[in-house]
Amino acid sequence: MTGSDILLQLDGVSMQYGCGETAITALAGVDLSVRCGELVAVMGASGSGKSTLLTVAGGLTPPTAGEVIVEGHWLSQLSARELATLRRRSLGFVFQDFNLIPSLTALENVSLPLELDGWTSKRAHRPAVDALNIVELGDRAQHFPSDLSGGQQQRVAIARAVVGGRSLILADEPTGALDSTTGELVLRMLRSRVDAGAGGILVTHDARHAAWADRIVFLRDGRIVDESRASAVTSLLSGLPA
Amino acid sequence: MSVRQSLLAILNQGPCYGYQLRAEFDRRTGSTWPLNVGQIYNTLDRLERDGLVQKADIDADGQNYVEITDAGRAEVADWLGSPVVRTMATRDELAIKLAIAVTLPGVDIAQVIQVQRTATMRTLQELTRAKNATADPESSEQLAWLLVIDSLIFAAEAEARWLDHSEHRLARARAAGLAAPLPLNTAVPKRGRPAKTAAASA
Ligand SMILES: Nc1ncnc2c1ncn2[C@@H]1O[C@H](COP(=O)(O)OP(=O)(O)OP(=O)(O)O)[C@@H](O)[C@H]1O
Ligand SMILES: [Mg+2]
Repeated sequence: MTGSDILLQLDGVSMQYGCGETAITALAGVDLSVRCGELVAVMGASGSGKSTLLTVAGGLTPPTAGEVIVEGHWLSQLSARELATLRRRSLGFVFQDFNLIPSLTALENVSLPLELDGWTSKRAHRPAVDALNIVELGDRAQHFPSDLSGGQQQRVAIARAVVGGRSLILADEPTGALDSTTGELVLRMLRSRVDAGAGGILVTHDARHAAWADRIVFLRDGRIVDESRASAVTSLLSGLPA
Repeated sequence: MSVRQSLLAILNQGPCYGYQLRAEFDRRTGSTWPLNVGQIYNTLDRLERDGLVQKADIDADGQNYVEITDAGRAEVADWLGSPVVRTMATRDELAIKLAIAVTLPGVDIAQVIQVQRTATMRTLQELTRAKNATADPESSEQLAWLLVIDSLIFAAEAEARWLDHSEHRLARARAAGLAAPLPLNTAVPKRGRPAKTAAASA
């Protein structure tokens, strides 16, 4: 493996919550890598460890064993400060429960990661507006999360995850609260970011959405039990009529 | 059945010959279920026998044209106006495989389901790729092709959901101490030829 185009690598990652008798093993020796231009879907039953995998991959919690490597950086070797910077610059996170800041408008929520990274709010304005436009919420820029529907909040969260062109997007059920057309909009956006060179992990229980990925890994009890890779040429159809 | 009615519906646009019908059926269904010429001629024979089509002209190239009759036109209208009823007659191979597998000893059903899930998802990935390559159809043929792809996508999705559902159902059944294999039932009522020894002792 040359490693040069690998954005994310999980090496033997395990995660245990609690200890002793009541310990729960959420991940058990997961190996997974995501390259530039690759979208990986993660599927599995509720409680199989999907969200845990994303949190660990995004450096939000250290694994109890194994190593997470993002853009060549071993997360375990970074200081808290370096880790925070890497997360801000390189990672876009869409949480299962959106995690918007209630006292900020949609636009402010989206531009926040840029401003935290030292951009002036003036400079952050344009890309934030663009990101909101992509998720078709340009007209809701000044609304607070409490005034938005669940699906709209989810779209704001997605705009926040992709703003500023971060290289690795980690999305936990990003289409969960969306109808099928809006869900497709989000997938198309995710797909186009990835096709432009980013990498992404998409956690979803929706088979039709997972099918947008280049690779699908199946988690069961914290282990990757199988993987489906789309072949370059489809054998199923004779192709598009002219 | 649907081939018969599809050909008839195409003939409702004007007389056609065999190869032409095959090409018309193909381009209207995204070449997803290609027909062979034998099937076309067999179907045409039956349509003619039933009075729904009749022989028309033979052109300069020697092509035998077939045209629709009034009864044929009525059948087309009837087909378009009524729902397609899916019958239980077509066996669902996968449902049967799982149903049998749960009754057998020593079979890892979770693994059977996972193998199928991976295959189903791969199909779904391929279909999705093909579909995404043509977001906006530019011709009627492309539109027809997209409709067919969508239908295959939803069918694959339904299969994936059914597999998830079955997995949960089996896990619950196992937790409840059900899902034990079925031993062969020796008490089934016997039919047909009785064994000679049985006949003798009766
Ligand atoms: N903070 C925590 N403390 C203790 N246990 C946890 C914690 N977070 C998750 N778990 C446990 O770890 C396991 C994996 O949880 P996780 O949230 O990763 O599952 P998931 O696959 O995302 O499920 P879902 O589809 O329901 O979102 C579960 O058994 C869960 O109860
Ligand atoms: Mg989760």
